[in-house]
Amino acid sequence: MALLEIQNVTRRFGEFTAVDGVSIDIEAGEFFTLLGPSGCGKTTLLRMIAGFELPDGGRIVLNGLDLAERPPEERPVRTVFQSYALFPHMTVEGNIAFPLQMAKTPAAAIPGKVQEALEDVRLTGFGKRYPHELSGGQKQRVAIGRALVTHPTVLLLDEPLAALDAKLREEMQIELINLQKEVGITFVYVTHDQTEALALSHRIAVMNKGRVEQIDEPSRLYSFPASRFVADFIGTCNLLEGPVASSSDGIVAIEVAGLGTVRVAAAPPAAPGAGTIALRPEKIRVQAASSAGDRPDNRFLGTVTEYLYLGDVTVYIVTTPAGRKLETLLANSGAGRTKFFEIGDAVEVSWPVDAGHFIGQSDRSASSN
Amino acid sequence: MQARARLGRWLVSGPPVLYLLVFFAAPALIMVLASFRTPGDFGGLAPLVEDGRLDLNLDSYARFFTESVYAQIFVKSVWYALLTTLFCLLLAYPLAALIARSAKKHRDLLLLLVILPFWSNFLIRIYAWMIILGPNAALAKTVNGMLGWFGHEPVPLLFSSFAVLVCLVYVHLPFMVLPLYANLEKHDRALLDAAQDLGAGAWQRFWRITFPLSLPGVYAGAALVFIPALGIFAIPDILGGPEDSLIGNVIKQQFLETRDWPFGSVLSIVLTVAALVLAGTAAWIGRGSLGTPSSAEAARA
Repeated sequence: MALLEIQNVTRRFGEFTAVDGVSIDIEAGEFFTLLGPSGCGKTTLLRMIAGFELPDGGRIVLNGLDLAERPPEERPVRTVFQSYALFPHMTVEGNIAFPLQMAKTPAAAIPGKVQEALEDVRLTGFGKRYPHELSGGQKQRVAIGRALVTHPTVLLLDEPLAALDAKLREEMQIELINLQKEVGITFVYVTHDQTEALALSHRIAVMNKGRVEQIDEPSRLYSFPASRFVADFIGTCNLLEGPVASSSDGIVAIEVAGLGTVRVAAAPPAAPGAGTIALRPEKIRVQAASSAGDRPDNRFLGTVTEYLYLGDVTVYIVTTPAGRKLETLLANSGAGRTKFFEIGDAVEVSWPVDAGHFIGQSDRSASSN
Repeated sequence: MQARARLGRWLVSGPPVLYLLVFFAAPALIMVLASFRTPGDFGGLAPLVEDGRLDLNLDSYARFFTESVYAQIFVKSVWYALLTTLFCLLLAYPLAALIARSAKKHRDLLLLLVILPFWSNFLIRIYAWMIILGPNAALAKTVNGMLGWFGHEPVPLLFSSFAVLVCLVYVHLPFMVLPLYANLEKHDRALLDAAQDLGAGAWQRFWRITFPLSLPGVYAGAALVFIPALGIFAIPDILGGPEDSLIGNVIKQQFLETRDWPFGSVLSIVLTVAALVLAGTAAWIGRGSLGTPSSAEAARA
């Protein structure tokens, strides 16, 4: 039995269905992320776990106990709010002691636990400061320390790093991973930032329009997206779609407009019709058009029409003679050179059949995109 | 450029400074001077220079500190003002919280209702209480009817300390509601969510979060109620009995009836100093993490 079971949960606001029949099982000790664009229902789902919203349908079960009748203050669940929500009239110590006082912890035991929490979030020595005397990252740590000091069963984090600048965010991500390992508490993390989700999580639920599109480990989500939406939302992706031309020996061939026949390793689709191949930019090999060499399974000619120099890598947009654009990515790893191609260069793009991932017809979000 | 900026600053700040000098600082100085002079034979002030020497003395101050009746009235005035402040706070807090939490579109209307009494004359509103509390009004009849059941003699509501206090609270209530509302309206809802999430029930959320954060508003409201309530004379004059004379009544009496201007000045100065000391003490207590008691909020309200 999973620690936290979200069973067919629905939440409506008037005509709008924010969360639509979502079922997720979260295991003890897991770093679980709800990922999706704004308005996908991830924050509403988190607020239902915390108890600030009640489901219109379905159940939320924690440790075998239905939470429906319990107000937020009686749930063994703590939230780290996006705005930190530190109490401005209390010191750091006062903030961290607050949940202990609410839990009727003996007064003599409080200072020790507060110090422990301060150590956990690396804020030893900051106890006497007021929130307005702290930087954004420090406030974030206080919020986390305050939420963890009573050792909740589940820690909910609502976009906790959204307000931090990029460099600090990366540091905090590493700290969050270490902290979660250290305390062993189940984290349920909400974010719209797919790189953050990939970096932090054991498992991710990708949400769209109130529904779960896919629940999987980060690497599997990235490599084997179950739907066009997931492929598109996680990282950058070339979505090659068209009617299925043939299917044999574990190879499906799709007729892609502006490109030609593209072949991908996949089980034969259940129903005939159109299909989509999700192809990551970094899986595409780009070479000068003249060069000979081995013949991978998919090979097309094109011209570099745009590029984005990003320092470590360069994104090249290659356009085929028929006008199909492909996004490719090359690491700028060659010695003594800044980039490989210029706009207007004729190139050859190629990839093996197992580089792409075939998404079948049953994809529900295909129609909405 | 700098000279022009300086000139601009003077042009902007000049008129209000001049106004305050002429109509506040000068009269205050005149009053301080008057408190050291001798009353005239037929009221007012005796000549400042008599027989070639300056006639200044401490007689009126000596009188204030030797005749205990004035100190007693003074203490009673402070007591009434404190009670008024307390009752205003108890009534205004839930009201301000209600307005601050109501839907945005309703707030302006509710605030308008709070300040609506200001649209009719102050004295007329006090006279209205004479009718409400009068012996033939429904209120007095109901109260005395109920007292009669318990075998108690009827009590007059009008011309009593009760009438004075009720009206003091009524008149000053908006001055407590407005700064409290200005404060409560700015509270971050997320703090209450966080407190609840961390295990705080409704009472603890109020006592540990909302109330401490509202203290600047409480201080501002208390100052706006306490200081005017301390010097008021119209309400005890109209609604109070003979025992309900407050320091404001005595001051008025000294200037208009007894015509002992030096002694009236002494009483006014003592009142002003007492109000300043009390307000200063409150501000000193309220300093620290809560920031300065929000005079800005009070001004905005």
